[in-house]
Amino acid sequence: MSIFEYNGSALVAMVGKNCFAIASDRRLGVQLQTIATDFQKIYQIHDRLFLGLSGLGTDAQTLYQRLVFRHKLYQLREERDMKPETFASLVSALLYEKRFGPYFCQPVIAGLGDEDKPFICTMDSIGAKELAKDFVVAGTASESLYGACESMFKPDMEPEELFETVSQALLSSVDRDCLSGWGGHVYVVTPTEVKERILKGRMD
Amino acid sequence: MECVFGLVGNGFAVVVADTSAVHSILVHKPNEDKILLLDSHKLMGASGEPGDRVQFTEYIQKNMSLYQFRNGIPLTTAAAANFTRGELASALRKNPYHVNILLAGYDKDIGPSLYYLDYIATLHKVDKAAFGYGSYFSLAMMDRHYHSGMSLEEAIDLVDKCITEIRSRLVVAPPNFVIKIVDKDGAREYAWRETIKDAPIPSD
Repeated sequence: MSIFEYNGSALVAMVGKNCFAIASDRRLGVQLQTIATDFQKIYQIHDRLFLGLSGLGTDAQTLYQRLVFRHKLYQLREERDMKPETFASLVSALLYEKRFGPYFCQPVIAGLGDEDKPFICTMDSIGAKELAKDFVVAGTASESLYGACESMFKPDMEPEELFETVSQALLSSVDRDCLSGWGGHVYVVTPTEVKERILKGRMD
Repeated sequence: MECVFGLVGNGFAVVVADTSAVHSILVHKPNEDKILLLDSHKLMGASGEPGDRVQFTEYIQKNMSLYQFRNGIPLTTAAAANFTRGELASALRKNPYHVNILLAGYDKDIGPSLYYLDYIATLHKVDKAAFGYGSYFSLAMMDRHYHSGMSLEEAIDLVDKCITEIRSRLVVAPPNFVIKIVDKDGAREYAWRETIKDAPIPSD
């Protein structure tokens, strides 16, 4: 039993044409038992930046609270929102601070940077950043997600097509993982709006 | 093993706990109250390490009172749940409390709410929840019979169904349970469900 597999999670972020999508599953479990089917794993930091946290639920909640605190302080001092690249560096630094007693989380960061260019990245539990131009995945279903995204991804998808692709990749991957699933939560973000949708998948 | 479960009904929340204080194979006490009244409109049902359970819940209860003395108004249920999670989370990597908590409360503008808080400080607002070996049976019964907006009679009937299921199917089933409810009129003890009564103290 790995501590990363205690609660169960699946996260994916994908880049489209001037937009991005970030999606998660909705299960909160304690090993084999499902506690809730409406657990939030994606948080909005500001209107163009989203953070998904997979792994141990308690550390995801603690890390989110610490990051919101740091971002609010940044907003007060700088009088503007953080750029996604900066936020990713902040998350990486916070995680490496606990190098010898880490948070058992794998974050996925997705945002719109300068000139509305989409930015996605993931990192491991001690803050090693992995920047990607197409998609990033995290969680107990990550191996299935890599395969599904690799085969379904096309560059420069419009928001509607991106939503379909991300949803299908997420649902097919969580169906192969017993620790994640019970629906999906998808955010599709363009420079003008944020569309939040709940997916109904196999509820098992 | 300790059984605690709870659910939210129409304008009330109910928390049920077994009342056996157990040490290895010995039942020290058959009428140990494991549901603490945090304040006039909050209940905290706890299960886990006996010393930690009493210490931690009383610590939270006293801090609730302190806040009320200092500020003149009581905490909301959400605030109480988040405070409790904070205490569990900061102790987690130093000197963890081994206590699982179900926090039920009633707020005037929000209504009844129930929070699941496990010993590693994973917090989630739920409609129904359970801890311990009894959870395998009570959660299944609640999944089958629960619907939102249950009346008090329906909810107590469901609670009795869960208790019957635990008694018949759990090999180390606790004999006695206490049921407490919280609604607009406050938090109070509703009933006991006893099959074994403590021997009366001789009067000479």
